Amino acid sequence: MITVENLSVRFGSVEAVKGVSFHVPKGAAFGIVGESGSGKSTVLRALSGLNPDWTGRMEIDGTALSPHRSKDFFRRVQMVFQDPYGSLHPRQTVDRALSEPLEVHGIADIEPRILRALAEVALPPAVRFRYPHQLSGGQRQRVAVARALMSEPDVLLLDEPTSALDVSVQAEVLNLLSDLQVRRGLTYVMVSHNLAVVAHLCGTVGVMQGGVMVETVSADDLRAGNVMHAHTRALRTLCMALEEPA
Amino acid sequence: MTAVVIDNLSIAFPTARGISHAVRGVSLTIGTEKLGIVGESGSGKSLTARSILRLLPASAQVTADRLSFDGIDVLRASEAEMRAIRGKRAGLILQDPKYSLNPVMTAGAQIAEAWRTHRKGSRRAALQAAEHLLEQVQIRDPQRVAGAYPHELSGGMGQRVMIAMMLAPDPELLIADEPTSALDATVQAEILRLMEDLVSRRGMGLILISHDLPLVSHFCDRVAVMYAGRVVEELRAADLRRAGHAYTRGLLDCLPTLSDPKVRLNVMTRDPAWLT
Repeated sequence: MITVENLSVRFGSVEAVKGVSFHVPKGAAFGIVGESGSGKSTVLRALSGLNPDWTGRMEIDGTALSPHRSKDFFRRVQMVFQDPYGSLHPRQTVDRALSEPLEVHGIADIEPRILRALAEVALPPAVRFRYPHQLSGGQRQRVAVARALMSEPDVLLLDEPTSALDVSVQAEVLNLLSDLQVRRGLTYVMVSHNLAVVAHLCGTVGVMQGGVMVETVSADDLRAGNVMHAHTRALRTLCMALEEPA
Repeated sequence: MTAVVIDNLSIAFPTARGISHAVRGVSLTIGTEKLGIVGESGSGKSLTARSILRLLPASAQVTADRLSFDGIDVLRASEAEMRAIRGKRAGLILQDPKYSLNPVMTAGAQIAEAWRTHRKGSRRAALQAAEHLLEQVQIRDPQRVAGAYPHELSGGMGQRVMIAMMLAPDPELLIADEPTSALDATVQAEILRLMEDLVSRRGMGLILISHDLPLVSHFCDRVAVMYAGRVVEELRAADLRRAGHAYTRGLLDCLPTLSDPKVRLNVMTRDPAWLT
């Protein structure tokens, strides 16, 4: 579904992403982990069309991506950001946020679609006429997921979707993302610094360091410790050490 | 040795729909030790810790049978008495250095300011102290960092600067409110290890506020778990595996882990009885 070959992104004299390649089959989930500044979000932003300055080759569903994307691309590929407080308009109600993608893409039946979307992310219908600040963090992230699903996309790009949430809410949102993936056959690319979260949702994990994807490993191999690169091993060791209570 | 005594602390806020009880009858004592306060957003963990410094919103209605810092009654102390505690005897480290450092002052100048305010020395001595403090928080090139503005520093560096600033007056107690939530896993561990080390070496008390229970247990002696304004369980960090309260176990169970893969994560079922 998604093929990225030799992707490089440069900001002035800094090469933030250096020749990254990976492939995500349809209906699969690919995770990218790395520390701040490793270039993981930059890969996602180039893929999503938020950053037109890249070189290399990217394909979605067999169609090569150009720096300028068509309207249909933005219908089929949607993004969920880390902080729903920042990504939802503070002065627009949930109803407005959810109907906008429909209006942009000329999709009819706005009313039933909004109700269905709220039900799908397990939000009560009463949320519809609230503002983002009237919702809890978990509810806001559910709205952000619902908004991304309005245009019925095939691909969801998830940038740290649960790092701003409490652990109990994180579990609910991760379960929601798993359910949606099965139900709608979505393809995910998720970026996170939390190895356990990425391994939970994604079958394959790419590890980035200094703009390079140093290793691509299956979640099972990662859990079992069958990893090649020292950085992957270091991230794994730290994650294992901290997840056990002292 | 400083001891914070909190006995039956309640914090409430008037709202349009009546009184909202944010903290309800919390009792804790903290000596020269590392105490973790763990809970979710809105559990009252930050309010509880901030009440020690009387840094609560003006509308907060605070009552307690006892709320004292080294014998000083925090609820009745004058502003001048509180200023002698805040920063000087008890430092507060906040979540995100991006928002809590002054963006138009260099890191060195900010640390020097904290040092001078509490220690009264010359400008030059303060700047030297600032560089020395940056060294103590394991910054390799203290001179460069001292001359840098917050936007030129990474999140981890910014947090080190904030820790250095809080250490400047040589406080007895450090309150760290989600000090590493904005940082990634590797840096998070480094900063917590650094704080743990400094606190142990200087014989300070530490209150570490976080939502990450397993993480906190690695860096604290004791953990108080808060839910809806109450401490539902207090236990030694080493006994976390034997946690008795269903909420504490729920917090541990809902985390995805590398060692124990699950198709679906456990979701917390909240028992109304936890509220009483």
